[in-house]
Amino acid sequence: MDKLKFAIYWAASCGGCDVAILDINEKILDVAEIADIVLWPIALDFKYKDVEALPDGSVDVCLFNGAVRNSEQEELAKLLRAKSKAMVAFGACACFGGIPSLGNVSDREHIFRRVYQETASTANPDTVYPRTVTEVPEGRLELPEFFDTVKSLAQVIPVEYFIPGCPPPPDLIVTVVNAIATGQLPPPGAVIAPDKALCDECERERSEDKTVKEFRRPWQFIADKEKCFLEQGLVCAGPGTRAGCGSRCIKANMPCRGCFGPPPGVSDQGAKLLSAMASLADSEDPTEMAAIIGGIKDPLGTFYRFGMANSTLGRVKL
Amino acid sequence: MNEEYEPTIIGFLCRWCSYLGADLAGTSRMHYPANLIPIRVMCSGRVDPTFVMRALADGADGVLIAGCHPGDCHYQCGNYRAAGRYSLLCDMLEQFGVEKERVRLEWISAAEGEKFASVVTEMTNDIRRLGPLKWNGNGAKADSPALEE
Repeated sequence: MDKLKFAIYWAASCGGCDVAILDINEKILDVAEIADIVLWPIALDFKYKDVEALPDGSVDVCLFNGAVRNSEQEELAKLLRAKSKAMVAFGACACFGGIPSLGNVSDREHIFRRVYQETASTANPDTVYPRTVTEVPEGRLELPEFFDTVKSLAQVIPVEYFIPGCPPPPDLIVTVVNAIATGQLPPPGAVIAPDKALCDECERERSEDKTVKEFRRPWQFIADKEKCFLEQGLVCAGPGTRAGCGSRCIKANMPCRGCFGPPPGVSDQGAKLLSAMASLADSEDPTEMAAIIGGIKDPLGTFYRFGMANSTLGRVKL
Repeated sequence: MNEEYEPTIIGFLCRWCSYLGADLAGTSRMHYPANLIPIRVMCSGRVDPTFVMRALADGADGVLIAGCHPGDCHYQCGNYRAAGRYSLLCDMLEQFGVEKERVRLEWISAAEGEKFASVVTEMTNDIRRLGPLKWNGNGAKADSPALEE
């Protein structure tokens, strides 16, 4: 039997997803056993033209991590889509926009001005900003276009499977590798993670009374290691987040931040989290209620930390 | 501002108080702008923030949530839940760049037809001044391409 062909690509991401693939340890040898890798920019020296030369549909699986924030990433997403039988959105950024999509609170103009002009360590008296085309004596230089709006992978191309997480945990990656190796992939559109909310898996002690008189932030006190974070007045994304991460943060005594995205049936993770957190506030007095709610700083960044691109509103008003 | 512009406002009205208030405004032949599209919900506490954002993303220029006065909730505390969510939602919508006049929470009892009419009039005028929201016109939300069969 011919070996399978894999492509692994990174777009607007930090590289953590690529490292997560290596985190499957000796299982990586099984991957090498069943598959040839045709593109993996972080680890192997293939060029884009090598991918362009492949026949359409000849790559069995493409693991695509990172959001789409510039034209190079968009071009590669479309190219890899054409070459691949199955496209996998790998990690929170590809699935929901992730941390990079928090850039949707701004736009190109403001980001450029901040980065190339206003930061304390920048001296740019001639206001030189990156341009897509620059003419120099040696010829024409081109750079990818930086978009105003960051998109998740499925907003750019059709996607078969979603593996959430920041980054996806090794056991889910192994599950996917095994499924590919045995040809037992789930139906297209599937999210490769359990179909329940993180709270269903959480081992912390919970009481019926979930009301709080004050929201606090993790740096303000050492949280009780056994008790539900919500009951301690800490914003925890567990009620609005899919399970499957192995409660990595919870076990380190840090509340969930929501990197597994919404559970099934929830279209907008941030709205659901907002609803859940506001329901904890216990007061019948408008002034006191406003004070409790005011304890949640930056609701947009907190509730859409990993999902701004996929949110109902998508970005701030331009 | 264009004189012709008529805003679309979605109204989530509690079944026990505000919807009856709207009914009273109608049966009393009160005059108010026809810009509000009423949606009857069981309780203002049923109004998920998702509803509000979906309405704004899908073309509404404003959203009114109306429920029973504090202490009058048919389900004891639904309107207090609504108040908490509304407060946090307002903070978040401000971050999204949605003007605060566009989303409003009001307590309107079954006997307050007049209040319903004046709230709708005031809100319609406020949003007329602001102009259309045209959220999708921002290219804010990309439609996901579908998988081919």
